Amino acid sequence: MERKLKTFNVKNIMSNVVLLIALIAVMIIFTSLNSNFATAKNLTNILTQVSINGYLAIGAMCIMITGGIDLSSGSILALSGVVTASLVQTSGTPNVPLAICAGMGIAIAFGALNGLLVSRFKIVPFITTLATMMIARGIAFIYSNGRPITGLDESFLGLGSGKIGMISYPVIIMIIVIILAYIFLYRTKLGRYIYAVGGNEYAARVSGVKVENVKMIAYIIGGALAGLTAVVLTSRVTSGLPQAGDGYEMDAIAACAIGGVSLSGGKGKLWTVVIGIILLGVINNGMDMLNISSYYQDIFKGIIILIAVGLDLKKK
Amino acid sequence: MPETEFLLEMKKITKRFSSNTVLDEVDFSVRQGEVHALIGENGAGKSTLMKILCGVYHADDGSVLIQGEKQKIKNPAESIALGISIINQEMSPMRDLTVAENIFMGRLPMKNGFIDKKTMNKMAQLLLDEIGSKIDPSQYMNSLKISDMQMVEICKAISFDAKIIIMDEPTSALSEKEVEALFQIINNLKSKGKSIIYISHKLDEIFAICDSATILRDGKLIDRSDIKDLTKDQMISSMVGRKIEDIFPPRHPKFGDIMLSIRDYQTSPGGPKISFDLRKGEVLGLTGLMGAGRTELAETIFGMRKRYGGVLKIEDKEVTVNNPLQAMKSGIAFCTDDRKLTGLVGTMSIKENITLPTIQDFFKGGMLSYKKEIDATNRMMEMLRIKATSYMTNVMELSGGNQQKVVLAKWLYREPKILILDEPTRGIDVGAKVEIYNVINELTDKGYSILFISSEMQEIIGVCDRVLIFHEGDVNGELNRAEFNQEYIMRCASGL
Repeated sequence: MERKLKTFNVKNIMSNVVLLIALIAVMIIFTSLNSNFATAKNLTNILTQVSINGYLAIGAMCIMITGGIDLSSGSILALSGVVTASLVQTSGTPNVPLAICAGMGIAIAFGALNGLLVSRFKIVPFITTLATMMIARGIAFIYSNGRPITGLDESFLGLGSGKIGMISYPVIIMIIVIILAYIFLYRTKLGRYIYAVGGNEYAARVSGVKVENVKMIAYIIGGALAGLTAVVLTSRVTSGLPQAGDGYEMDAIAACAIGGVSLSGGKGKLWTVVIGIILLGVINNGMDMLNISSYYQDIFKGIIILIAVGLDLKKK
Repeated sequence: MPETEFLLEMKKITKRFSSNTVLDEVDFSVRQGEVHALIGENGAGKSTLMKILCGVYHADDGSVLIQGEKQKIKNPAESIALGISIINQEMSPMRDLTVAENIFMGRLPMKNGFIDKKTMNKMAQLLLDEIGSKIDPSQYMNSLKISDMQMVEICKAISFDAKIIIMDEPTSALSEKEVEALFQIINNLKSKGKSIIYISHKLDEIFAICDSATILRDGKLIDRSDIKDLTKDQMISSMVGRKIEDIFPPRHPKFGDIMLSIRDYQTSPGGPKISFDLRKGEVLGLTGLMGAGRTELAETIFGMRKRYGGVLKIEDKEVTVNNPLQAMKSGIAFCTDDRKLTGLVGTMSIKENITLPTIQDFFKGGMLSYKKEIDATNRMMEMLRIKATSYMTNVMELSGGNQQKVVLAKWLYREPKILILDEPTRGIDVGAKVEIYNVINELTDKGYSILFISSEMQEIIGVCDRVLIFHEGDVNGELNRAEFNQEYIMRCASGL
């Protein structure tokens, strides 16, 4: 019995660190292939690059743990981005706080709409967010007349390009998001309820959990993080693009899948998702540096997702 | 070909799952044209034995003989080819296909590369006629009643030209009338020389329809006899391995004031009005047939279901309960009848399940305190004697009995005044049952009041101080412990 326990624990720990080992292995491979990879400059650069996907992935994670999915985050990001940009154009009267509030506000409103449709109207999350994905994208193009919104105020652009020492603002924001996500998921009532609702909605309801409200909040968080992404991305690319964030929702879902978040809900650890986010970023960056075409990169990323999820299944 | 009186013989079947022996040299045999009962507690090895026969599992040792010939059943297809067919307890019909398509799925009659609907429907009609069913073969499955779906499953089994038909708890979803119809079909099949293996927990049914019985306990063969040589008490003690007197701990209740008072409760619009009182320290049983309205009443009391009228009083104070949260705040707790469906969150640990309804009690300085959670969990695990490696163990890795205790623990943590237990011992072995009964006694000694819902007569009589018998949504009889009488309870439950 004792021996059995021991092997069980070893296996458990192994399966938890296997992703970390994979990340380290990939980094060693890139370091050996390109001497510029493992420089401090490039590594901080990678972190800045992954921060965008990082915010979205953590939003996607909260939603996926409830058993849902969010296909709309990329489009919400675009809409929120053009709205934000339009309020900080130097041709008008740039107002940074107002722009950020408006951008975040519209994203949160869309998140709330998703939550409302899923929890009260019982439309399945895939269809709900597929529809809002189209709606948000359409509004973004109409709002911007299909053109990029440029000429943004300097004080707004500092947000995406500013640094404290080596660390860029987007990375600092990501660290704050991760800390808040940790507190939310593991140290609050709502965080525990999110896992309970995804694990067994009925049992959660019988235990006094207001399932509708919990789902609602998960989608609002997803929306808020899409808004945050929009603000940071708009600042970094110095314009509001109606076509921005196309396919970002899939990268976010991919990071969650690699990080062991189950599509059927109830499961997923924050730190493995963070590693999943970084792993995807490292692969992008490393292959870029080796001048590998993005077509091959896509194939490689697809294979990584299958291996990660396959290993996760085998564990059971 | 060696002469034998048995159509099917399984000899010295042994099956282990890792170090756990689930079948230990079990002999099992069925004559041609007989209905043979396979009975035992949950976990006795019935389903494992049948899965070996159906080719789903492979025996580690032992042999299977059909008509005296040794057979190696490697997979379900080979089992079907040998004339063995199973009707599972949980049917999985293809709801958007027709009856005939369901019967012949996988071997649909074809003509010129297309499905030959005419032939298919005709063949299905013949089978349906054979069992005397009036279902139209071109009807869609989703328009059928559960009992009719079962008829379709039976047709499917016969259509394979099965010699041996296994029926696993076939009556669990059927009404009394439908059970009678099923028995007629079984007799009909029997007269055609088919053998039937009948798995059921309902001993009355076994005495009504079966010719012989095999009793398993803890993976061992206990008895094989003709039904006429068995009595019900013998059967129960063979199944559980102890005398009935030893299963139910003696009750010495001390009743206090009225704790819960239900007046004119309606669970459906214009439905019957139900009234009763529950005293402090009392175990009040709610019994009846499946679907008699006991669970609905419990769900309404707990606020999971809309109340269409009536008043609920706790300690003589009127209380409004419109959702589970309000019920919990008023001191009511509800252990639902389905652990996996409504009791436990399968992705969570013992700790997370136990603290789920009361999570707000475990905060310190605005943050969830794991230490508080762990302390409480360890205390509850000790109190209810939950056996597990640690509080972190996932609840799905536990035995049924321990899972049930986790459900109890999550409700007992807040020390509710009124505890509703809906079929708390369903699907757990007798040892675990006795432990649950002991816990019930301990709780009522501490002044808890318990509403105890059960379909098992023995349990109702053994555990309750008083019983209300339900029939079609209404209370059709009431007995105190001193007046308990099986026959009377059965009659009230059937609406007489």
